[in-house]
Amino acid sequence: MSSKIEELQVYLNTHLAGKFTSSVLALGELTLEIPVRSWLDVCNFLRHDEQTQFEQLSDLCGVDYIAYGQAEWDTQASSTGFSRAVQVADVDLFDFDQVKLKDEPSEAEAGKRFAVVLHLLSIKRNMRIRLRTFCEDSAYPVVPSVVRIWNSANWYEREAFDLFGIMFNHHPDLRRILTDYGFIGHPLRKDFPLAGQVEMRYDPLQKRVIYEPVSIVTQPNVPRVIRQDQPSIASQERDN
Amino acid sequence: MPEIRNFTLNFGPAHPAAHGVLRLVLEMDGEMIVRADPHIGLLHRGTEKLVESKPYNQSIGYMDRLDYVSMMCNEHGYVLAIEKLLGIEVPIRAQYIRTMFDEITRILNHLLWIAGHSLDVGAMTMFLYAFREREDLMDAYEAVSGARLHATYYRPGGVNRDLPDSMPQYEKTRWRDEAEVKRQNANRQGSLLDFLEDFTNRFPSKVDEYETLLTDNRIWKQRLVGVGVVSPERALQMGFTGPMLRGSGIEWDLRKKQPYAAYSQVDFDIPVGTNGDSYDRYLVRIEEFRQSNRIIKQCIDWLRHHPGPVRSGNHKVTPPKRADMKHDMEALIHHFKLMTEGYCLPAGEAYAAIEHPKGEFACYLISDGANKPYRLKIRAPGFAHLSGMNEMARGHMLSDVVAIIGSQDIVFGEVDR
Repeated sequence: MSSKIEELQVYLNTHLAGKFTSSVLALGELTLEIPVRSWLDVCNFLRHDEQTQFEQLSDLCGVDYIAYGQAEWDTQASSTGFSRAVQVADVDLFDFDQVKLKDEPSEAEAGKRFAVVLHLLSIKRNMRIRLRTFCEDSAYPVVPSVVRIWNSANWYEREAFDLFGIMFNHHPDLRRILTDYGFIGHPLRKDFPLAGQVEMRYDPLQKRVIYEPVSIVTQPNVPRVIRQDQPSIASQERDN
Repeated sequence: MPEIRNFTLNFGPAHPAAHGVLRLVLEMDGEMIVRADPHIGLLHRGTEKLVESKPYNQSIGYMDRLDYVSMMCNEHGYVLAIEKLLGIEVPIRAQYIRTMFDEITRILNHLLWIAGHSLDVGAMTMFLYAFREREDLMDAYEAVSGARLHATYYRPGGVNRDLPDSMPQYEKTRWRDEAEVKRQNANRQGSLLDFLEDFTNRFPSKVDEYETLLTDNRIWKQRLVGVGVVSPERALQMGFTGPMLRGSGIEWDLRKKQPYAAYSQVDFDIPVGTNGDSYDRYLVRIEEFRQSNRIIKQCIDWLRHHPGPVRSGNHKVTPPKRADMKHDMEALIHHFKLMTEGYCLPAGEAYAAIEHPKGEFACYLISDGANKPYRLKIRAPGFAHLSGMNEMARGHMLSDVVAIIGSQDIVFGEVDR
């Protein structure tokens, strides 16, 4: 099966040259990274070409890459020793509103925040492929809709819009799908707090349900740690 | 002439045939459906967000609660994605145990499907029959994990523990006398495998019973034949998988085409429909009962003769034995690191799909090298199926909507996530 996917990679390199920025084959899965402007061209090609025939869209999802590679705990020893807690020293421990994200993105990183990832399946060839495109404008992310190519994209794109705020051009019915009627915000963005922003309760005085800012404070039980020094688990597997 | 206009009907979310919390806004022309607009999300719990805030192993329990009638299959999809990124080997015995419990889960799921579906269509007896068999399989869940529904049994690198040598027994109570207890415990005297073998011997005749009630039943056929017809091309376009796709005549089963666990070692057939209507999907799932039973039999046979480890020996990922921790410093450190911090996955991404009872269930995992997922996207089969509701229901009567919902085998835990 892996040789088949290698053949596909070679085939796409020749037939789609210039339409994608990179093709990576890892863990037996082929990933194409495509600029937004050739998104529809590539999708159309993969759907209809005789050699690819990806007739089913398995999955479409949004990803927010803004906090990629950020950890809450420094694993490298410095002159002051290892860091010991989740909060870093210069942060006011009692200011719960702060959002810990990195500063304004640099020029090179601009437009690398939101991505749309597509998983395609070819039943005739028994192959899968993954396509990724980064939205050019992080403030107003837009990607052309693939609903006309694969009808199943309809709800997946609505979901990506709902959870990430990614707009899909020419989508027939771009409404929220998973969150509540009248919900504000896009919950799977990395700057959306885990506990949400508002909570709801019945107010006996006003005799109606009211929304208030959340009163609970999210505290991670386990800090997020990235360990580069750890010997690869897979390589240890081979030694065993 | 009075002016005749379409009117809008709200169906659910608290309708008994809405299978949980489906809200359908139906645009009706008389009793005919012009447009069906499912409103989902009433059971949205933000699983994908929650998972990002916890170490990998602490999220296995969330997977059970996605499709809460096929618990272990959901876990399987999640642990497969982790294993793919870690690149670890799973002991062969664990793979057989997973195969067996996946099939037990498939039977559990289809039993609940047939119970709910036939109750919606009006066959009350099936509901009672199906729950009788579910009881036995949930006892198997309980024996192996301690929980009857939300098992949290699979682990990256294997399963939590080996199959038990004894089954839990019924005890005498004020309402259950000695003779009754003896009768109920009769097939629980041996190990879990003995109990399951007894079940697999009984089960085909139970499926025959279901078929006697339904397959040639005139009312059942009137309600299902020709309802919700999906052509193979449309089924692919709308992202249908599993029995929904096979009912339309496409022979596609990940267990055969992209085998995982021990599915390449066992012998089974894929049932395929021809007309793509609700009745064909019913027949496909009934045949899957028999095929799953066959797979379970083969797994029992293999598991009896091949003892061995059920968890990877790599203690960076699986906890060491309690006894080892008493004298081995390294085991203690491994245990401490694993329980406090978990393990870090190498940076990368993986998409692991399994043949869930409802279709293709997949986890798309993006790791940035941390001990928590950067992003986990759960591809739930029911989500795609429900998005095809509008097309399937258009032109049918209101009462057919109920049959179509039943035939899609919708469970809101996975649709809403």
